[in-house]
Amino acid sequence: MTLKNNIYYADDYIKKILFTTKSIAIVGLSDKENRPSNFAASYLKNRGYKIIPVNPVTNKKTILGEKVYKTISELEFIPDMVDLFVKKEKILTFVKEAVKIKTKTIWLQLGLIDKKSEKIANTANINFIMNRCPKIEYAKFSGELGWAGVNSNVISNKRNLLIK
Amino acid sequence: MTKKKISYGFATRAIHSGAAPEPITGARNTPIYQTTSYVFKNTEHAERLFKLEDFGFIYSRLTNPTVSVLEERLANLENSRAAVACSSGHASQQLAFTTLLGNNDHFIASNKLYGGSINQFNKTFRKFGWDCSFVDPDNVKNFENEIKKNTKLIFIETLSNPDGSIVDIEAVAKIASRYHIPLVVDNTLATPFLHNPANWGANIITHSLTKFICGNGTSMGGIVIDCGNFNFLKDDKYPSLSEPDQSYNNIRFSETFGDFGFAMKVKADTLRDLGCTLSPQNAFYILNGIETLNLRMKKHSDNALIVAKYLQNHSKVSSVSYAGLKNNKYYNLGKKYFPYGVGSIFTIKLKNGYKACVSMVEKANLLSHVANVGDTRSLIIHPASTTHSQLSDEEKIKAGAGPDIIRLSIGLEDVEDIILDIDNSIN
Repeated sequence: MTLKNNIYYADDYIKKILFTTKSIAIVGLSDKENRPSNFAASYLKNRGYKIIPVNPVTNKKTILGEKVYKTISELEFIPDMVDLFVKKEKILTFVKEAVKIKTKTIWLQLGLIDKKSEKIANTANINFIMNRCPKIEYAKFSGELGWAGVNSNVISNKRNLLIK
Repeated sequence: MTKKKISYGFATRAIHSGAAPEPITGARNTPIYQTTSYVFKNTEHAERLFKLEDFGFIYSRLTNPTVSVLEERLANLENSRAAVACSSGHASQQLAFTTLLGNNDHFIASNKLYGGSINQFNKTFRKFGWDCSFVDPDNVKNFENEIKKNTKLIFIETLSNPDGSIVDIEAVAKIASRYHIPLVVDNTLATPFLHNPANWGANIITHSLTKFICGNGTSMGGIVIDCGNFNFLKDDKYPSLSEPDQSYNNIRFSETFGDFGFAMKVKADTLRDLGCTLSPQNAFYILNGIETLNLRMKKHSDNALIVAKYLQNHSKVSSVSYAGLKNNKYYNLGKKYFPYGVGSIFTIKLKNGYKACVSMVEKANLLSHVANVGDTRSLIIHPASTTHSQLSDEEKIKAGAGPDIIRLSIGLEDVEDIILDIDNSIN
């Protein structure tokens, strides 16, 4: 959980990432339905993203009906995005692995901020977003966040906000 | 990677926030969705909505598309994260308190509040097992002195009803923050145009939308705003936000929804169970009012200052309680917290006491004798015999509503006409 996002990303930057991404490897995706990672992943799967659970500790073979991988290096194909739901001290390790497999976007969840990781991703020419949640960002640009009375800060004269 | 951030001004946001064109028809103004329920796409969709995994509409007791626009609009104007609209300002207090307080909990409130709020806190809320300590807000240390182990919130009005006094909100917020207690503020008489409590450390804002926000005296409404700046996971004081919720698959609201966890809880739980919903029709009228909020509040404040200055030198008036006057004890706080004016509600004390007050109300021709404030029309009332009549004599005086006090709510008529009517009725 974080209070007030203090890192600014241009709307177009986030929208482009959400629009072009098709597959998301979620590191730390819990097998428990009530955990925020599972909650967010379920939403993203429902919106058409291919979810790839990466979870080294679960005994489950699948999460949300998708095959579980123990590590990023085990993945059988390169996901468009690697999304981290991990402890602060593990960020850098996973970011380095994500850079190694040449994913297009590395995304750090709410509450995770790491400038060193940002530098590594930028040098490797990989999109990098931190302290945000792709579910909330998706809902912001699709207009759904406003349905819940949440301030999306979006002002638009367009009929169709839905981005996917 | 980071282009210049666009930050729209208040007037733009008051018109556009939350209100993109309707996607199917292209309707530019927000439609009135006069419907109780919404067809699910399929059974899976229904299940996802009930688990809160998906955003969407189930039943208008909880959410309605017209009401949602109003919620996002207000959350935006208050520089906050999310909002939950409801049927009245009183309902907004009921929702906020029910979400934060449990049986045998305690809260602290300023003693300078709208009489209806004092009643709600002192009588009805006690039936819920919530104990309230009222303190004089002019000395902020009074709040700290009353803090107990079970104190769960501190409540103030940013601009008090009836006498327009101002609390040093930043100082109160610092105390609340030091004890990790949310500061809940009623910003009704100020509106987000004159004052943004979230900028000064408030954590939750409540409004009666019935007043200036709607502005034309047509519609009742209230709202609870989650500023998104209080960490409910820091300790175990707020179990409704930090503990698993069995009715929603054991999610923890503050963990799952982060900085809008409080608002989600208010909506999905408290509003669901108390049922004090805002109607879409009223939401529509209120949205129309908000579009001109900045213009109206400026004019209300300008007119009020002219009237207050006039009355200050009136032979029948012994004092005027308006923070816009230089000799008022809240003048400096007004300058700090209300750069565009201190609103249009204030009190005057008449030299000839109770009798003169009654006579003034009776003689008024333009100013309407009603139990409301923040209308386009100028309003007059004698609080001691009406809005504050349920209070004891001592409470009345503490609340700035003694027997010789008249409350005015200055409207948008020609200020010369307002002054003429006051002059005719006072003599």
